[in-house]
Amino acid sequence: MAEHIERLRFAEWEGGVSPFAVGSKKLGMWLFIVSDSLTFSGLLVGYSYVRIASERWPMPFEFWPTIVMATLMTFCLLSSSLTMALAVRASSLGDRSRTVRFILLTMLGGILFILLHAREWAGLIAEGVRMWENPWGVPLFGASFFTLTGLHMLHVASGVIYLSVIALGVSRGRFTHEDVEISGLYWHFVDLVWMFIFPLVYLLSVKMP
Amino acid sequence: MTQAVATHEPPRSFIRRYIFSTDHKVIGLQYLFLAMAAVTIGIVLSIYMRLRLAWPTERWPLLAKLFPQAMAGGTISPEFYLSLVTMHGTIMIFFVLTTAPLGGFGNYFLPIQVGAHDMAFPVLNMLSFWVTLAGFLVLLAAFFVSGGAPISGWTAYAPLSAVGEIAGPGLGMGQNLWIVSIALFCIASLLGALNFITTTLNLRTKGMSMTRLPLTVWAWFTTAVLALLAFPVLLAGGILLLLDRVAGTSFFIPEGLIVSDKILPHKGGSPLLWQHLFWFFGHPEVYIAILPGMGITSHVLSTFARKPIFGYRAMVAAIFAIGLLGFLVWGHHMFVSGMSPYSAIAFSLLTLSIGVPSAIKTFNWLATLYKAQIRFTVPMLFALGFVSIFVTGGLSGIILGQTSLDIPMHDTYFVVAHFHLIMGVAAIFGIFAGTYYWFPKMFGRMMNDALGKLHFWLTFIGVYAIFIPMHILGIAGHPRRYAETAGFDFLAPLQPIHVFITIAALITAAAQLLFFFNFFWSIWKGRRAEINPWRATTLEWTIPSPPPHDNFGPQVPVVHHGPYEYSVPGAAEDYILQTAPPTAVKS
Repeated sequence: MAEHIERLRFAEWEGGVSPFAVGSKKLGMWLFIVSDSLTFSGLLVGYSYVRIASERWPMPFEFWPTIVMATLMTFCLLSSSLTMALAVRASSLGDRSRTVRFILLTMLGGILFILLHAREWAGLIAEGVRMWENPWGVPLFGASFFTLTGLHMLHVASGVIYLSVIALGVSRGRFTHEDVEISGLYWHFVDLVWMFIFPLVYLLSVKMP
Repeated sequence: MTQAVATHEPPRSFIRRYIFSTDHKVIGLQYLFLAMAAVTIGIVLSIYMRLRLAWPTERWPLLAKLFPQAMAGGTISPEFYLSLVTMHGTIMIFFVLTTAPLGGFGNYFLPIQVGAHDMAFPVLNMLSFWVTLAGFLVLLAAFFVSGGAPISGWTAYAPLSAVGEIAGPGLGMGQNLWIVSIALFCIASLLGALNFITTTLNLRTKGMSMTRLPLTVWAWFTTAVLALLAFPVLLAGGILLLLDRVAGTSFFIPEGLIVSDKILPHKGGSPLLWQHLFWFFGHPEVYIAILPGMGITSHVLSTFARKPIFGYRAMVAAIFAIGLLGFLVWGHHMFVSGMSPYSAIAFSLLTLSIGVPSAIKTFNWLATLYKAQIRFTVPMLFALGFVSIFVTGGLSGIILGQTSLDIPMHDTYFVVAHFHLIMGVAAIFGIFAGTYYWFPKMFGRMMNDALGKLHFWLTFIGVYAIFIPMHILGIAGHPRRYAETAGFDFLAPLQPIHVFITIAALITAAAQLLFFFNFFWSIWKGRRAEINPWRATTLEWTIPSPPPHDNFGPQVPVVHHGPYEYSVPGAAEDYILQTAPPTAVKS
């Protein structure tokens, strides 16, 4: 190890290959992820701020159906991350048809998530939850719920479209392994964002006996 | 591994080559020309404001021709004055100070200085410019919609910016357009930042290790990191603000707010949340504007002092320290917001500690100049002007960084004087230094020296004549953002200072015509430039002026030397190109 560091220190940079063993496209996606996670952080901090600043933040979510359904949604998304990882592995082994199949499964997970989420939104809207009011008091409850989950859903939907382009490209042999891996990075990121939204927005708003 | 593959032939069609071009040099020039258009508009707006302040009762029928609705009767109403404040600030900060040094010079010279054929993502680069342009046009459109341009300042403070038309003209559609424009700018900055960081890390040529990067590249790189981390938070704030306005939410609107004798239906939000989100972006934005200027100044000072930059590594560390601290001090914009004095102390200490890396840079610049055979070229004059103004503006920053001094001065002209000098004028001097320095490379001709020197002295004296008296106004307690200076007894004795400032501003603005004339005249009629007219060391001076489409042609440059090897003992000349063979002298 020490020898390796010495070599790095004194070796003249040879140019041409990626110095940090990360290709430009992949680095670009990582940087996008850093930036986008700050947008979500801004929103989550804003949500926490108004939540703490209000006297009685509503905690209306019942274990059944809201939390169970949200857990199911989480399950869909997490499973899709697993299938995405399998797709990346298949593509690293050069197995194109398996790659496409796993990407399609990943997209299926994403679509299921969106459908379940849309059903939940419809239910809440039927209960009278709006951007500016809701049956439980503090109007910002609905506002922050729809803003956070809405922006996340937009990311999932964009991810499904992105993956469909990748799947199509892979099946035609146009995209390399790196392209699949990069789309995987995005998908895992979207998944990770949900792992913040699920506890902060859902679990913290469970009705207490 | 994917590398940017340079197409060695430029595109044939005019549109692909000059309009929707993916060539970083064309994009850089597009950014520069956008900034020149924006700065012209910004200056015109500031002249309107200065005239209003100096001669409050005067009528200006000629000036009213530009804004026939807002200036009906030839006078500037207080509301229209606030529109001018908002648009001047927004245009200057986003579309001049961010666009020119980073989008303009950064795009043009970063790839060349690291020895790359183009940016890592040329198409994203093109998109970045066009999205920026769209943002600019959307912002200008705010002047022409019903109600006119917004009046909430470049900071768009809630609840004024959030409650809509009821609170004043321009807060309807004008404010919406403002938010959309800034959101577009955020997206464009993200695309730009991705490119800058990736290009710097991945596309360096053989031998161009990180410690051989010119300080300009380090400055653009750090600026890009700041942009990558700051703009997304503004985007988040912008989304919430837009929702407050169009979707009925109340993120930034508190309960029981009475506007124009009406209680608003909103409740539960906090205007301070906007300030936190805004300034978390807003303070790094100040450094986004100034850091490229520091890079250019270091570069130009070393070139014309014919000496290596003093303390290269310390300079790099100082840039990074300033960037890092920039994210921890946003609270110093909010000392008068009623924040806890304990957090104010923390923000105050962190703010003052920025003085340390700033002083490191300043003393390193001075040490670079010490006992040097200085060549007083026009870019050198502007770089020296940068140092002067950076120190002047920085000293008032130390005053304002202390809560006990900031609280009485915060809403006075003292702050206006401070931020104009440190982020406005200093950054503009960096831009001027860069323009005069790189003009021969960009256009293959020299700018006129005598006109340039005249431009420098008029501008240098002019900006001090404008902004030093503003400090006095501030200490005397003159509030900022007021259109009306008449009718307040305590302001009456200060009126002559306003008149003086306005005259100085008119002269300084007129002096910029010299620059514009020199610029455009020299593009066509200037003396032809050699490849390396300044006898400088970095890679852009090894290729023709203007550089060909793929910069270095088929051969990749190989770097053997650091960026500032001037007056090396034993060398044949007083500079060693970075590409000179290693045998020329021990590196």
